Amino acid sequence: MEQIPLEHILLLSAALFSLGILAVITKRHAVVVLMGIELIFNAANLNLVAFSRYDPSLLQGQLFSLFVIVVAAAEAAVALAIVLRVYQHFKTANLSEIVSEENR
Amino acid sequence: MLFYIFAVLAILSGAYMVLTRNLLYAGFSLLITLLSIAGIYVLLFADFIAVTQLMVYVGGVLVLILFGIMLSSRVHDKSVLSENVNKVWGTLVAGLILVGLSYTILKANISSLPWLQEAETDVLAQQKSTVQSIGVKLMTDFVLPFEIASLLLLIALMGAAYIATDNQKV
Repeated sequence: MEQIPLEHILLLSAALFSLGILAVITKRHAVVVLMGIELIFNAANLNLVAFSRYDPSLLQGQLFSLFVIVVAAAEAAVALAIVLRVYQHFKTANLSEIVSEENR
Repeated sequence: MLFYIFAVLAILSGAYMVLTRNLLYAGFSLLITLLSIAGIYVLLFADFIAVTQLMVYVGGVLVLILFGIMLSSRVHDKSVLSENVNKVWGTLVAGLILVGLSYTILKANISSLPWLQEAETDVLAQQKSTVQSIGVKLMTDFVLPFEIASLLLLIALMGAAYIATDNQKV
């Protein structure tokens, strides 16, 4: 099996990263913003794993991406709990409405 | 060849996640993106990371997100649709980031870096799996981050349970 060129993996993760940025900027539902953040985490992880291929005896990239996955899981749990509380309090999960309600 | 199928699948479903206004469709297209990234991990000789991706992201985080969608919006209501704002600025910023990153990656000529050329990449293809070496590393070189990660997970569990409970009822 021939090697996948490193540039193609990096380009894929750049595309996923900008899609995540786009989701975070344009979406107003809090859960979709979280989904965009997950996409950004995955793009960063892809880079770590791609470079870890050139470090076969140490595998530092793969171990680092393992810890990134752990932190992302913890972040998702806490963030969704916060979203649920905010929904109970404001009766909406729309970030713009929450901000305008706060400013009133 | 398989890599490009997974890559196109990941980018297409990621783009659909951004473009669609239905929250549930966005969640399920994120599922396809995460699955194809797990496939790419397998092709990059990272089998343990691929399994972890499947178990933590697809089995955990995505289920959490779907729960979040169902609990924070009424499905027959308009609130299951998410409105788009800042369309022009968002597209501009994301497009500039994409163009800048792609230009840098293509200009940097990464494959000719000396430490990448010296690396013997066929070692990974010969060994059967990375599970054993990852396990040994977690218990020797990376034991402190491993323990801190377990502490972080415990704190996150307690914090999430505390935040999500209704304080008046307790």
